[in-house]
Amino acid sequence: MGEDQLGDRERAIMTDPTTYLSHLELSEPDKTFLDSNELIINMGPQHPATHGVLRVILKLDGEKVLGTECVIGYLHRGVEKIAEHRTYTMFNPYVDRMDYVAAVSNGLGYCEAVEKLMNIEAPPRAKYIRVILTELNRLASHQLWLGTHALDIGAMTPLFYTFRDREEILKIFEKYCGARLTTHAFRIGGCQYETYEGFEDDVKKFLDFVPPKIDEYEELLTTNRIWLERTRGVGKISAADCKALGVTGPVLRASGVKWDIRKALPYANYSEYDFEIPIGQNGDTYDRYLVRMEEMRQSLRIIRQAVERIPEGPIMAKVPKVIKPPVGEVYHSIEAPKGELGYFVVSDGSTQPYRVRVRPPSFVNLQALDIMVRGQLVADVIAVIGTLDIVLGEVDR
Amino acid sequence: MLDYITSYLGMNTTPGQAGNIFWAVVYIMIVFGGVSVAVMAMNWLERKALAHFQIRLGPMRVGPHGLLQPIADALKLFTKEDIIPSEADKLVFWIAPLIILCASFTVYIVIPFGPTHAVTDLNIGILFMLGVSSLSVLGVVMAGWASNSHYPLIGSLRSSAQMISYEVAMGMAVVSAILMTSLNKEGTGTLSMIGIVQAQQQQQIWFLFKFFPLGFIAFVIFAIAMVAETNRAPFDLPEAESELTAGFHTEYSGLRWSLFMLGEYAAMIAVSSIAVTLWLGGWLRPFPNTLTGDTWDLVFSLFPGFTFLALALVAFVGVVRMPKHPYFRIQTIGLAGFGAVLGLIGLILFIPPVRDRIQDIFWFVAKVAVFMYLYIWYRATFPRYRFDQLMKVGWKVLLPIAIGVLILTAILGVLL
Repeated sequence: MGEDQLGDRERAIMTDPTTYLSHLELSEPDKTFLDSNELIINMGPQHPATHGVLRVILKLDGEKVLGTECVIGYLHRGVEKIAEHRTYTMFNPYVDRMDYVAAVSNGLGYCEAVEKLMNIEAPPRAKYIRVILTELNRLASHQLWLGTHALDIGAMTPLFYTFRDREEILKIFEKYCGARLTTHAFRIGGCQYETYEGFEDDVKKFLDFVPPKIDEYEELLTTNRIWLERTRGVGKISAADCKALGVTGPVLRASGVKWDIRKALPYANYSEYDFEIPIGQNGDTYDRYLVRMEEMRQSLRIIRQAVERIPEGPIMAKVPKVIKPPVGEVYHSIEAPKGELGYFVVSDGSTQPYRVRVRPPSFVNLQALDIMVRGQLVADVIAVIGTLDIVLGEVDR
Repeated sequence: MLDYITSYLGMNTTPGQAGNIFWAVVYIMIVFGGVSVAVMAMNWLERKALAHFQIRLGPMRVGPHGLLQPIADALKLFTKEDIIPSEADKLVFWIAPLIILCASFTVYIVIPFGPTHAVTDLNIGILFMLGVSSLSVLGVVMAGWASNSHYPLIGSLRSSAQMISYEVAMGMAVVSAILMTSLNKEGTGTLSMIGIVQAQQQQQIWFLFKFFPLGFIAFVIFAIAMVAETNRAPFDLPEAESELTAGFHTEYSGLRWSLFMLGEYAAMIAVSSIAVTLWLGGWLRPFPNTLTGDTWDLVFSLFPGFTFLALALVAFVGVVRMPKHPYFRIQTIGLAGFGAVLGLIGLILFIPPVRDRIQDIFWFVAKVAVFMYLYIWYRATFPRYRFDQLMKVGWKVLLPIAIGVLILTAILGVLL
């Protein structure tokens, strides 16, 4: 292609590779600002409601959204590439930095994937500890989602209530492994730390503490007229669209598909617990809200069963000092708070993975944004970004 | 000259009626200063109350319990660099905050804090208030346009649409209250703010309870519309932080931004004053007609003094509960001094001449304060409406009800 054949777009990118030009085009670009009724605006990457550094380019007709384009990569740290230069053990803490509000789930997925590759099985006690911590983390993640989602829609107060209660979970994490956010709680083959003295009491105390608090959040929002108007029928997505786009997690379940990896392809020891998978019917923001609220309660049920049954025993399986999986590849997925979190690990027989590919739920779910907001209003874009529950650390990796 | 100044003191009217410019200017100064202080107090109160709704402490560092925080904020804003975006329309950008400020302060001319405590009493008082306060739309549009940026533009368009739509329902509610003023022997109503309160006194009822529930519904409509009119939660979408960063004043900073805030809070107090005047009996003390006699007069006239003594008591409780650590010594002394000042004011308010003069103002301010608290409460509780829903509420719900109430009030007024 000669220089003269380049369009404006290509020319601009060639002169300054850092520019990003939108694919969205105004229908009548020649008209002046006053005559035109279409507008292209940037939402983000510095914007209070895009949950980090997401940039959404919006094409607006007045307040109506005609098209969106997500620009990602502002938080790209090359986590997958880093994996190729670290040993399996050394890479473990890196996965915590992807979805940093659900670090325990990330760690669980990675450890189980490598265990599957090496044919190791974690001992029962380790599995119970893993389930307790993962479910606590799911609760913390949902609480953070609820607070920020409500804040985006304009209700300030739930944010502080959810953070107050999330604090109790973080305290348990801190007592267990010393870290609050990027926990690095699990090791390949089990858990490194035995539970601290009083761990079970703390968890049980938490189980009694939190249900009234969840009722409190619901009291503020579930039947609130304005909340209903802002969420009902907003950001609808059908089950077929969800499947086509690979959307998973609460977003998929709110569209009426009963798909939860904990039940469908049980990992850890989830098959031993008795719990429900809440599903919605309409696939709108309100249903996703209800599904997540119910998931919090179901998580509590799982934790209660796990704490009651937790056996004594070793917490680490017999794992070689140097982790050197046989040549091969494995895909292992778990149900992270935001959806299906998958790890595809390829081993060439050395101490370092040949390739680690992560299937992040936030990244895949973010694709649905365009379908969900097209034809709706600017305010709905905010509501939908909130309801998708994305974490940019995981989208960009 | 001295005669000119002292001649007003004997009169029983507002300075405007008496044609005394000196006292009119003095009153204007007092009102301007008083409102500015009220805005500062409101700022502190909002942050504190909102914080306590949200299990936080709010400002605690500057002064005891953050009492000096508004002053610190003001100083910070005054000393900030004055930024005008290079692409902005500089003149309009410069004028916009001034228009909002002027519009929201000018209305205070007719607000009656008592039968004589107003700068003047226009015979079209309420129309003047509604007219002037709606001028602030102009400032909003100018600010959004002059910033030459997308977010402020969308914010100002939303804001102007919202303020204009809600003014209609608001006006209808106001008219139904004005109709009630004509229910006397002569059948003559009034638009004068002082006249409206006096009509409530004559009819021996707050218009809130007149033709129950008609007066009440009109009041509720006004109370909703006034929140929308002042762009506060849950109708704060012109400055919806999560969507439009800060709406029409996104590009403003420092002093100019603080003028917007000053204007916004002054407007909140102004519309609350209208509501108090029209429906809650303005400066009238509770039960002015049933609980009469010297004893009751005395009891009610002691309220202002006791209120300040109670505030002083709160301050002293704060002093006792202050941590006993050298770090907090200055704050403790400051809080004790603040309590002492409040107590002193309380004692001064017990002196009979002061007591009689200050009563009306006290009841008026107390009623307005209830509205101010409601504003904070709404903000802590409600999510934000979406633009189309807001319009729907304004045009399809509030306006028809307001018109219905107006017609029913008119019919009842003719029949009775």
